Amino acid sequence: MDLEYGPEYDAFREELRSFLEKHGDRAPDGQGRAARPSSEAVEWQKLLIEHGYTARTIPKEYGGYGAQPDILQSRIIAEEFSRAGLPGGLSNQGISMLVPTLLELGSEEQKRRWIEPTLKGETVWCQGYSEPGAGSDLAALKTSAHVENGDFVINGQKIWTSTAKQSDMIFCLVRTEPDAPKHGGISYLIFSMDTPGIEVRPLKTMTGHAEFNETFFTDVRVPMDQIVGQRGQGWYVANATLGHERGMLGDPDALENRFQALVKLMQEERVGQGRAIDNPVLRDRLAALQAEVAAMKYNGMRILSDNLKGDPGGMAKLIVKLQSCELAHQISALAIDASGEMGILYHGSDREREGGAWQWNYMFQLGLIIGGGTAQIQKNIIAERGLDMPREPRLAKPAPAEQAAAVTARQKQGAA
Amino acid sequence: MDFGLSQDQQMLRDAVSRCLADNCPLDHVRECAEGEASFSDKVQSALNELGIAGMMVPEKHGGLGMTLLDAAVVAEQLGYAVAPVPFLSSHVLAPIALAQAGSEQQQSEWLPKIANGEARIGVAIAETIEARDGAGISAENGKLTGTALFALDFTGADAYLVADTAGRLHLVPADAAGLERRPLTTIDRTRSVGELRFEQVAVQPLADDGGAGAARLRDAGRVILAADSLGAGQAMIEKAVDYAGQREQFGRIIGSFQAVKHMCAEMAARHEPCRSLVWYAAHAFDAAPEEAALAACHAKSHTGEVYRFVARTSTEVHGGMGFTDLLGLHYWFKRIGFDRQVLGGPEAVRAEAAALQGWDRAA
Ligand SMILES: Cc1cc2nc3c(=O)[nH]c(=O)nc-3n(C[C@H](O)[C@H](O)[C@H](O)COP(=O)(O)OP(=O)(O)OC[C@H]3O[C@@H](n4cnc5c(N)ncnc54)[C@H](O)[C@@H]3O)c2cc1C
Repeated sequence: MDLEYGPEYDAFREELRSFLEKHGDRAPDGQGRAARPSSEAVEWQKLLIEHGYTARTIPKEYGGYGAQPDILQSRIIAEEFSRAGLPGGLSNQGISMLVPTLLELGSEEQKRRWIEPTLKGETVWCQGYSEPGAGSDLAALKTSAHVENGDFVINGQKIWTSTAKQSDMIFCLVRTEPDAPKHGGISYLIFSMDTPGIEVRPLKTMTGHAEFNETFFTDVRVPMDQIVGQRGQGWYVANATLGHERGMLGDPDALENRFQALVKLMQEERVGQGRAIDNPVLRDRLAALQAEVAAMKYNGMRILSDNLKGDPGGMAKLIVKLQSCELAHQISALAIDASGEMGILYHGSDREREGGAWQWNYMFQLGLIIGGGTAQIQKNIIAERGLDMPREPRLAKPAPAEQAAAVTARQKQGAA
Repeated sequence: MDFGLSQDQQMLRDAVSRCLADNCPLDHVRECAEGEASFSDKVQSALNELGIAGMMVPEKHGGLGMTLLDAAVVAEQLGYAVAPVPFLSSHVLAPIALAQAGSEQQQSEWLPKIANGEARIGVAIAETIEARDGAGISAENGKLTGTALFALDFTGADAYLVADTAGRLHLVPADAAGLERRPLTTIDRTRSVGELRFEQVAVQPLADDGGAGAARLRDAGRVILAADSLGAGQAMIEKAVDYAGQREQFGRIIGSFQAVKHMCAEMAARHEPCRSLVWYAAHAFDAAPEEAALAACHAKSHTGEVYRFVARTSTEVHGGMGFTDLLGLHYWFKRIGFDRQVLGGPEAVRAEAAALQGWDRAA
């Protein structure tokens, strides 16, 4: 264990601080819930890329900054943005999921075409995986694509497509080889949401907003070169992406920020003559959550270190989605409890705390406990992959060849 | 000994349950919750036909003179159906307060009208538990000044019962000069709450009982909120079990996965004792007054925790479907969220329970 930041890092930190001091006023007011970044946010993102404070390790030729991975620099960046109370680089499905997938498995042309505008926040992506009959059992998906005159022709339906309404592009799983076994018949396609034949219907959720959609495809024609990886290999391409999604959902810096907001709320929330944080019971819960947030933060640092050494991260990585989503939900739960009756105000009510953000988060984070692989599925994965426990009886098993491919994909994913 | 509902209470439960099944389907709840009016006249008048409006009004004032356990039986059904009707304040707390400490004149003016469904009274006692945003009401020379938050059954009330900082209750007509009313919107669109701002408003005080009346209202209110969650939780468990029995993934009914079964079983295991706890607390309110406050604290704080768990777990069993508006599951989720925070969240209520027993003082 060596956590000393040497002198060269002090210089890096100083440089970053003066950057933030100089340019901080150009930062957008939080990233909020907007599916598309505002023009302010896009400008901020470009500035951060230019200085290497986001997209830091993505090669220059694809629109990144092109630095060598350096865990301490990444930590310093996260620390300083959080300390300054300024938003760091954008995080969305395109940046967190598609970009790493293309870097790993995309063709040279795909990398050059899509990574840069995605990083800059100009191209927004949605993820077309789940279907009404294929959620936890994603490989059961039925949306089909047959080949006609050099195009894939797509028919079927996706559901729970987050931000489909606001997206330019979709990365989508379709069945191209109907006769192949379940996991081996899927391909990973990328195409424009403006392609004729796509219909998006917003789905209202429990938060009262429409965070996601149903997406229908009728004879949607997509050129055959818009496939990532080989035909029939989409399941493994997607698995790499799911790993990145779970990383995004478990972001320890996001937890840390939310926790800091909770501390502030509890210091400001008046109860009688005192403050919510004066209540020893609530304060104890706060301190307990802080320890958990710290554990997840250091867990994240450990994973980063392991990855840099070429070690996939093992158990430390497998538990991230389960633990972080639960923790985020619990942080919101305490915020509601600390606000007493005021904690249930919503829909823009008078006296609402922070624009209803805590209730929205409490509900949305429950959604995230379900989305991207439910808590129960995460536990199955931890038990079966992490602890090598026997699989549940009578579960549909991939064919042996697919299993071998899955292992390779997993190893690759770990190395990412 | 017979720990359970009487035959009359079972009949009451069944009658209310049938009435709500007929008059308050989810589509209707949705209509009300998404509209401006929020409360349903249709469901209210159907319930009035069963005498629900006057169930807690003494017989000599035209009501049925029933007990809090009867009211809890009704509240459970209202929670089960997420019924968008005023009940807690208008038909339970207000009649209890007036019967207990109202003057002859207040009683004969209001109780018969409550009983026949003509009048509704909102109750504002939140500040006797915890004052937020510096709220609180001072009473001087028969006039009130200050703010009362979270007046219950707020919209359309004809009058309000308001507690001052000493815990004394005052009756004030909704149109009194100097009273400003502002709605508050919560996650739960099947309920109505609001804020009352007083500027030297002339009011009629109820008898000065040193805050005992307001304390009784807290007890009764907590039991009714607990009963409401009991019903809402029952519905969420049934829905989860039902869904788990139909939805297939991996070529199997998801209910056959042990993980899903255990979620459902744990909900049931934590839910079932709550029924007894709520019944006991409701019974104690009338039959064992010396235990009533503690039992109400137990019922309120424990159901607050259990149904928060049930609400999220039932949603999880439904997967993405549970998170959408499609099945309307969130109406129950939010009803439970409301019940938990109103009249004291679990921590506040447990602190009271400890204080009631002298645990907060050195021996
Ligand atoms: C907020 C949110 C955003 C989302 N965004 C997207 C998106 O952008 N794109 C996209 O494609 N999808 C998205 N999803 C979909 C998400 O990935 C699925 O909801 C999720 O995988 C669960 O599938 P399901 O909803 O069909 O639930 P089901 O799979 O039907 O699960 C129902 C219940 O059964 C349990 N279960 C199922 N199988 C097993 C098993 N083998 N063992 C134990 N328990 C089991 C589950 O844990 C759950 O409790 C999103 C979902 C949410 C909630």
